[in-house]
Amino acid sequence: MSVAAAFFYLFAGVLVASAFMVIASRNPVHSVLFLILCFVNAAGLFILIGAEFLGLILVVVYVGAVAVLFLFVVMMLDVDFVELRQGFLQYLPIGVLVGLVFLAELVLVVGSWASSATLATAPAVTQAVSGLTNTQQLGRVLYTEYVYFFQAAGMVLLVAMIGAIVLTLRHKPNVKRQDISAQVARTPKDGMDVVKVRPGQGI
Amino acid sequence: MEIGLSHYLTVAAILFTFGTVGIFLNRKNVIVILMSVELILLAVNINLVAFSAFLGNIVGQVFALLILTVAAAEAAIGLAILVVYYRNRGSIAVEDINAMKG
Repeated sequence: MSVAAAFFYLFAGVLVASAFMVIASRNPVHSVLFLILCFVNAAGLFILIGAEFLGLILVVVYVGAVAVLFLFVVMMLDVDFVELRQGFLQYLPIGVLVGLVFLAELVLVVGSWASSATLATAPAVTQAVSGLTNTQQLGRVLYTEYVYFFQAAGMVLLVAMIGAIVLTLRHKPNVKRQDISAQVARTPKDGMDVVKVRPGQGI
Repeated sequence: MEIGLSHYLTVAAILFTFGTVGIFLNRKNVIVILMSVELILLAVNINLVAFSAFLGNIVGQVFALLILTVAAAEAAIGLAILVVYYRNRGSIAVEDINAMKG
């Protein structure tokens, strides 16, 4: 068994085991940590297959941002997770049944496809042909042919960012804030009030 | 034994199955459901990257990049909705989310 095959089995084994722990662990914090392990191993698989850029993006985006976001939310919400876990065993039979049906369908599709196609044994030769690195190849395609998809992805991220901010932003009523427009619109006329005080009367 | 395309497809299929089973098993816990959706999207990404590498066509990786973008946006929006919901109702149990009687 070659070194690449050994690494494939290592990454794939840890990936599948940690994916199982994501859905089976009692504590959601442990679930998030296993999700991080899952993504790191998937990044290893990507690098193994020659997609270095996507592998490192997976580490940066998922482990660095999304998984930490999950961790923040799990830790910030004061939820009784033991109560949420009730009914786990009740749903176990139907869940396993649906999972087995899905897996059988996927195996049937992939199996029938793999027996008929010839490219299952073709080696990964993406960068050996062109002499460019994976990142260069991706950039050449992404910024020319698929530039509109790239812009659309940017729009999706912008909408997600604005949506998340608008949803979670909240102004507490009893906190004093600076109101710049009110400050600028203030004139001496409505800032001062000249009162004539007559002797002996007061205001 | 040489590692072929079918090995990667098998790993992705197992991961996809774990994602769907996770949605069924943890149907009271929205956070774990969101994590299961992330697992499913990761399985799709593995499929796309494996096909891209073995067919020698880089476009599959472009689409995997777009799926990564959509998955990140979905996680951010989902968690923001979750935080707002918890702030309003004090609970994130899926059964309590029935205000719209859908």
